[in-house]
Amino acid sequence: MNLLDLQNVTLRFGGLVAVDNVSFSVKQGEVFSLVGPNGAGKSTIFNMISRFYDPAEGDILFQGQSILKKASHDIPHLGIARTFQNIELFEQASVLQNLLVGRQRHRRSNVLEEILFLPKVRKQEHHHRLAVEHVIDFLDLQPYRDKFISGLPYGIRKVVEMGRALAIGPKLLLLDEPASGLSTEETQDVAFWIEDIKKVMGITVLMVEHDMHLVNSVSDRVLALADGKILTIGTPSEVQNHPDVIKAYIGSDEEDALT
Amino acid sequence: MRIIFKTSYDADIRYFSNRVPALWYLALLLMSIALPFIINEFWLGEFTLMLIWAIAGMGLMLLVGHSGQASLGHAAFMAVGAYSNVILQEYGLPFILSLPLAGFFAGLAGVLVAMPTTKLHGIYMAIATIAIGVLAEDLIVILAPWTGGVSGKFAPSIEIFGINFDRYGNVSGLYWLILGITCLIVLGYKNILRSPLGRSFMAIRDSEISAQAMGVNIARTRTISFALSCAITGISGALMGHFSLVFTNETFNIVISIYLLLMIVIGGLGFIQGAFIGAAIVTFLPSVISFSRDAFFSNSAIIPGIESGMFGAILIFVILFEPMGLYGRWLKIRSYFELFPFYRRDMFRRQKSYLKTERMR
Amino acid sequence: MDALQLLLSGLSNGCVYGLIAMGFVLIYKASEAINFAQGDMMMLGAFITLGLTNEQYFDLPFWVSVPMAMLLMGAIGYALDALILRKMFGQSQIAVVIVTIALGFVARFVAGAIWGYEPQSLESPIAGLDFRFAGLALGIDELMVIIVTIALTGALYIFFARTKLGVAMQAASQNQMAAFYMGIPVKRMHSLVWALSGVIAAIAGILFASKGSIDPSTGLLGIKAFAAAVIGGLGSLPGALIGGLLVGIVEPFAARYIEGDIARIMPYLLLVLVLVFRPHGILSQVQSKKV
Repeated sequence: MNLLDLQNVTLRFGGLVAVDNVSFSVKQGEVFSLVGPNGAGKSTIFNMISRFYDPAEGDILFQGQSILKKASHDIPHLGIARTFQNIELFEQASVLQNLLVGRQRHRRSNVLEEILFLPKVRKQEHHHRLAVEHVIDFLDLQPYRDKFISGLPYGIRKVVEMGRALAIGPKLLLLDEPASGLSTEETQDVAFWIEDIKKVMGITVLMVEHDMHLVNSVSDRVLALADGKILTIGTPSEVQNHPDVIKAYIGSDEEDALT
Repeated sequence: MRIIFKTSYDADIRYFSNRVPALWYLALLLMSIALPFIINEFWLGEFTLMLIWAIAGMGLMLLVGHSGQASLGHAAFMAVGAYSNVILQEYGLPFILSLPLAGFFAGLAGVLVAMPTTKLHGIYMAIATIAIGVLAEDLIVILAPWTGGVSGKFAPSIEIFGINFDRYGNVSGLYWLILGITCLIVLGYKNILRSPLGRSFMAIRDSEISAQAMGVNIARTRTISFALSCAITGISGALMGHFSLVFTNETFNIVISIYLLLMIVIGGLGFIQGAFIGAAIVTFLPSVISFSRDAFFSNSAIIPGIESGMFGAILIFVILFEPMGLYGRWLKIRSYFELFPFYRRDMFRRQKSYLKTERMR
Repeated sequence: MDALQLLLSGLSNGCVYGLIAMGFVLIYKASEAINFAQGDMMMLGAFITLGLTNEQYFDLPFWVSVPMAMLLMGAIGYALDALILRKMFGQSQIAVVIVTIALGFVARFVAGAIWGYEPQSLESPIAGLDFRFAGLALGIDELMVIIVTIALTGALYIFFARTKLGVAMQAASQNQMAAFYMGIPVKRMHSLVWALSGVIAAIAGILFASKGSIDPSTGLLGIKAFAAAVIGGLGSLPGALIGGLLVGIVEPFAARYIEGDIARIMPYLLLVLVLVFRPHGILSQVQSKKV
């Protein structure tokens, strides 16, 4: 079954066509990667799914329903979580609080109940905390639980971003360059986590990534983009050996070499 | 050095993480309750005023310190609280009803201001609220049939179940009453901070983009934070009315709004305690200045404007040398002694958030 | 006839607002900081000129004290940035706003302590002169304000378009990083922008003071000028002038044709309307943040 469908989606920024008539489907339970050179439109696709941008044409369906009528803040409530390429954490708060924000989707109390902190709210807080502790255990974040984000190193922040998205308890997880700027060991951890997110948690993953080792080791299917257009979709090895993909990646270098 | 073992999630939910701060704050509360037996009526009045400023400061702190929106016009909401409180009492409502209603109306005014301005950010929000602060001052004059215009309103003395809390007749009573109200507001504030609402405030403060991606409705959250902030500020306005007995459009002018903001920054943004420290400075600075003048210069004339000048200078020093405010400085001193001799200078260092541009790069 | 007179006084007031607003915009463009003390800097500039010129103080010739005041305000502007604002680099915009507000408080206190709180007027050679033309009395002082503003705007335009320093300043304000890599001393450029806006504040102050009396709280006029800057769009120098003129013209006409209390709030009503419907001003440059 298709969890996410993009149907003939086009987006223009002024005269520039950022995403040109793109269609693809992400199946339930797979890891689907978007690859392509910078400016190919990968993050733009994420931002359309997050409803930060409106596509000019086409439709985006989640579980068969169009999400184009939804606001950005409704998207997580549907079960779509995301991370950001240039870490967007809540800087002046602890790791624990950051993850707890992810539980906003499961908030069942109103403002008045929270001001009075009724027993119901306390009970709910326990549930949130339990869910978040699972994520903390999963990502080995225990030593950082009470640390402020603003004092954490880059690699940890990257993991917290992933944790915060997982705390939402999503059906679909959008990872925007989860391994960018990470060391080889840290990237290895990310690969294991993505495997577990898929197999153990049963969460479908849509990922943008430049690190082809990571893409190859975790992806079920890969989509290659260039200049907003789809080059090809297939298994990692099919995509990597596709002539258009090779051209898109190294073609420009050849031109540089000629001139 | 203290090590805290947490054995349940409640350890992070409770008001105090362990018994030591709980006992300190209990001692502080007992001291506050006993205050009328220790000091004379003049100083008790000053302390009452401090509590009123602290309530207003908490209102603004919720907005600025915890949901990251600046308001340079909060005195306007104090005015809404003060006027609606007195007008409702003129219609025969008892204080015990008119006070919460005054808070309600101030909150409503906050919603009316927040709704059209939810798209404004940072500096633009500050500008819009300045305009509202200035407009409110003139609106009070324009609405003279209800507000009494430039001649102002007279606040009757508070009466609850036959007990009179007159500003001069029952100074201790008024102090205790306001202390009680302050404590209730502090509890509510703490509850907000430890519940999902407080976290959604924090989320829109630190990253709106991310808050949306976490399912926080920004427009709604901003409106709620404005409403709650203005409601608290409105209550302080109502109390200020009773405290100063007569108030006019001048009582809640734009300078008061700016004072409120400077006050919480000096105290320490993001800490409830900061509102109290700031309030103490605003309240006691004039007395300190006049006492030191009498002590050091025998025949000096009164220099008008020295308070705001001093206040401004204090603020510049605080922001330059201790961006976390006086409460932040206190936290550092405290952990220095707690961790002695293991305190490191950069323990509280945070990464600087370099210029977050609003322009397109 | 009546309207022409209102227009003239509105224009001359608007020029003063526009000049203060230009000070706001210069600093905003350079560092995305708002100098809420700009109005108080204008007041300080006016008082320094007054202190140098008036008989009871230094009694210097007007044309000597004007450049001196401009230089002094330039130095004050430079010092403010070098000593205070540069140290705040990395703190939030709002922190900068708050510091400049506090600076305004201090400036008001200093001016009050030196020159007192009574309104005083500058003994300028153009004060109070007017010339009669077809039954209208047009103030020479008001005309002067307009002429000086036009001249100053032209000079600023040439400065930013033609001189090396002006171009460097523009570069530093448009892209700090790139400017830094090109070898432009960005920090010093910021301080120079502050100095420049100090000079403009002095000019605005002198013009304002030669039309009427000043006192330490004259600086609160800055709030109105600030409304002007926002109405015009914070990122645009011509916008600032247009906004200033708009606010300046609206005021006397509103005072003439609308009931007094409502007329007084017109600039702010205008501001609120602009903020609600065109949040980034009439000539806006701001785009939303990219993720």
